[in-house]
Amino acid sequence: MRILMLGWEFPPFISGGLGTACYGLAKALSDLGAEILFVLPGGAADQRLDRVRVVSAAERSPGRTFTYWTVEGLEHVELVPVGAAIQPYVTEEEYLEQRRREERAAARTAGESAQTRPPALDPMRPTSLGLTSGPTIYAGDLFSEVHRYARLVAEVARQAHFDVIHAHDWMTFPAGLSVAALSGKPLVAHMHSTEFDRSGLSVNQRIYDVERAGLHGARLAVCVSRMTRDLVTSRYGVPEAKCRVIYNAITVNGEPVHQQCQRIEKDDKIVLFLGRITMQKGPEYFLAAAKKVAEVMDNVKFIMAGSGDMIKRMIELAAAMGIGHRVTFTGFLRGDDVDRIYEMADLYVMPSVSEPFGLAPLEALSHDVPVLISKQSGVSEVLVHALKVDFWDIHEMANKIIAVLRHPPLQKTLKEHGAFEVRKFSWADAARQCLDAYQEALQGAR
Amino acid sequence: MASVCFYFQVHQPSRLRRYSVFDTDTNYFDDYKNAEICRKVAQKCYVPSNRLMLELIRRYGKAFWVSYSITGVAIEQFERWAPEVLDTFRALVDTGQVELLGETYYHSLAFLYSREEFRAQVEAHAAKIGETFGLRPRVFRNTELIYNNDLSHFVQGMGHIGICAEGADHVLGYRSPNYVYRPVGAEKISLLLKNYRLSDDIAFRFSDRNWSEWPLRAEKFAQWINEVNGNGFVVNLFMDYETFGEHQWADSGIFDFMYHLPEHVLRHPDNNFMTLSRAVQTYAPVAELDIPHMISWADVERDLSAWLGNAMQSNALHELYRLEEPVKAGGDPQLLHDWRRLQTSDHFYYMCTKWFADGDVHKYFNPYESPYDSYINFMNCLDNVRSRLRR
Repeated sequence: MRILMLGWEFPPFISGGLGTACYGLAKALSDLGAEILFVLPGGAADQRLDRVRVVSAAERSPGRTFTYWTVEGLEHVELVPVGAAIQPYVTEEEYLEQRRREERAAARTAGESAQTRPPALDPMRPTSLGLTSGPTIYAGDLFSEVHRYARLVAEVARQAHFDVIHAHDWMTFPAGLSVAALSGKPLVAHMHSTEFDRSGLSVNQRIYDVERAGLHGARLAVCVSRMTRDLVTSRYGVPEAKCRVIYNAITVNGEPVHQQCQRIEKDDKIVLFLGRITMQKGPEYFLAAAKKVAEVMDNVKFIMAGSGDMIKRMIELAAAMGIGHRVTFTGFLRGDDVDRIYEMADLYVMPSVSEPFGLAPLEALSHDVPVLISKQSGVSEVLVHALKVDFWDIHEMANKIIAVLRHPPLQKTLKEHGAFEVRKFSWADAARQCLDAYQEALQGAR
Repeated sequence: MASVCFYFQVHQPSRLRRYSVFDTDTNYFDDYKNAEICRKVAQKCYVPSNRLMLELIRRYGKAFWVSYSITGVAIEQFERWAPEVLDTFRALVDTGQVELLGETYYHSLAFLYSREEFRAQVEAHAAKIGETFGLRPRVFRNTELIYNNDLSHFVQGMGHIGICAEGADHVLGYRSPNYVYRPVGAEKISLLLKNYRLSDDIAFRFSDRNWSEWPLRAEKFAQWINEVNGNGFVVNLFMDYETFGEHQWADSGIFDFMYHLPEHVLRHPDNNFMTLSRAVQTYAPVAELDIPHMISWADVERDLSAWLGNAMQSNALHELYRLEEPVKAGGDPQLLHDWRRLQTSDHFYYMCTKWFADGDVHKYFNPYESPYDSYINFMNCLDNVRSRLRR
């Protein structure tokens, strides 16, 4: 089976949530013997990335004009970054810095003042770039990138052999549709997140239209949860028979967690929010619950780790609620810092308003941290050993946070069962289900 | 000789309401839901089943006998919300062919934590049975058939002549549950063991269409009882009374099965029906049985793991019984009653996390979405009990 896989992120080129999922799935498919040509936007990758190796086009196949890359550990995967518009970037900071430079340059040229400058782009989720309320110039940029990507993918596809097209999220749907039309191969559209998850009810019509066209043009729609499938059927009018639910997974590497670091303050219990601080993630519900907890417990600290367009508002809100001294904002964390913060935490809370899947709770569990997750998340459909709460029910959220902090046996039971359960989520299973979906799509094509 | 000894367990817990850490009132119990369930089960199971038993007794006269164990908390609920259940039970008792067993008033695990509390609850239950039905229990069954040697000695000391236990394979070995045994070292009390295969054929498998014996008819079941002849004296069929109409729905034919069973059992001249105390008085123990470890009738393990299988359950029980002394010293009867109602084993069963083998049963009876929710709710109530003690 040869798969033309279209994605927007792929580590180490970028590692947001979507990239992590694409990597896990591609690796598992590769381990099962499937061959993958993964096309993503980007220019020349950074030579400092030691896991990545350039394969000269001629070496692989004489007719090819694009640069192919291989990544260590992914035997049957070739990466093709296309389009020079987006420079490759390794970290969010570099990317943001670069965007800021561009913005400043643009502002200077246009003679605009700094105050009217639009918010910086969030590279972790290109789809939530303030497209709904923000200035259209960026939306325009993103859409033109989406279409440039589609053109370039069509070029790549002309030089490649493959059986099915697998497109991840709306940014790649136009590309998927055009390649499907040109090649006659079936398209499988993978919904990792819908516009309704990201924007609530203030939906960006253009994005919705792209999502809808992709879902309807695809032979099958893969949804990351039943919740997403229900959105796809109810909001996009896709027949349920066309949808397959394939849950995400996590790679548990079995490495021991760091032991060397010290707790911030030994007496304090720590409740952790880790994720983008955006509307979708429900940070204000976390703070509201934190206030209720703080009213009855003294030795608790709340950590909000992550960046996002609501961070300033949240800092102000915490101060206004009178719990500013109990809440710490760390900004965006990565690598060892993430491990350390998990190690300090007594409880991880994911109060998402609408979370198509939600990989973070599985990561927390694999770090031995019990989790409290919103019922409005895909992962809550399958995770048994977690506390669950409606995101809006701050009363119950506080009730459960307090219970975990007060009753060590609860924390212990959640941890022990959770660490075991998290091993159940395997990319190999997801990959097998994808292979089944490809087979189905191919049979439907004949 | 094969004497069929039916014993039906009648129990309804006082379910807790959603009690958050921010709640400060002392109403821990969900009376609305308890009333609703009590009425529903009364209508689906208790009343029609009692009528059926009454009819069988009228029809077969002195040939049909049954035993029941009714918890104190269940009787309290019937008094409040389904008095017709008590009326029909009284009618059954009045025939003189129905025996009522002794147990803890609160369907509790008190024997594991406090002998003094256990004794008080057994006596309270006997008093309630005497007051409601005019009978004095002589055979004892502990909550969920939890049993070991110590228990039999203890209840022997309280004047019982018989005690029930699960006929678990790992204690019986080659021996058969179809005989009366003597608990090791006991003199005045006999041990009756549940024949779990035949009991579970009715209680669990009756409506299972994947079961090779489905559909189970009275004739076939009577045949299995006949096979005990020459191989034992008693067939102890112990099960929840809710089997009739609630666990096995009426449309499964469970009532018809029961209606026709005596006819087919009695067709064999060596068969009969007995109450448990009659069986104990009729058959001498054939051997001593040594059961040092706790066994029960729950799940595949037949041990305590359904109530004491994880850290939450053990913590909740320890914290609860730690309050025994202050609650009793405080002298507040309402607080004592609340604390005792928190002892009902169901609260700890809801906290069970070993769902994988026994998931269906645990889920069916569980009013909570998860065992974690049930633990949190319980501990919040217990916190409030503690704060009442501080007042």
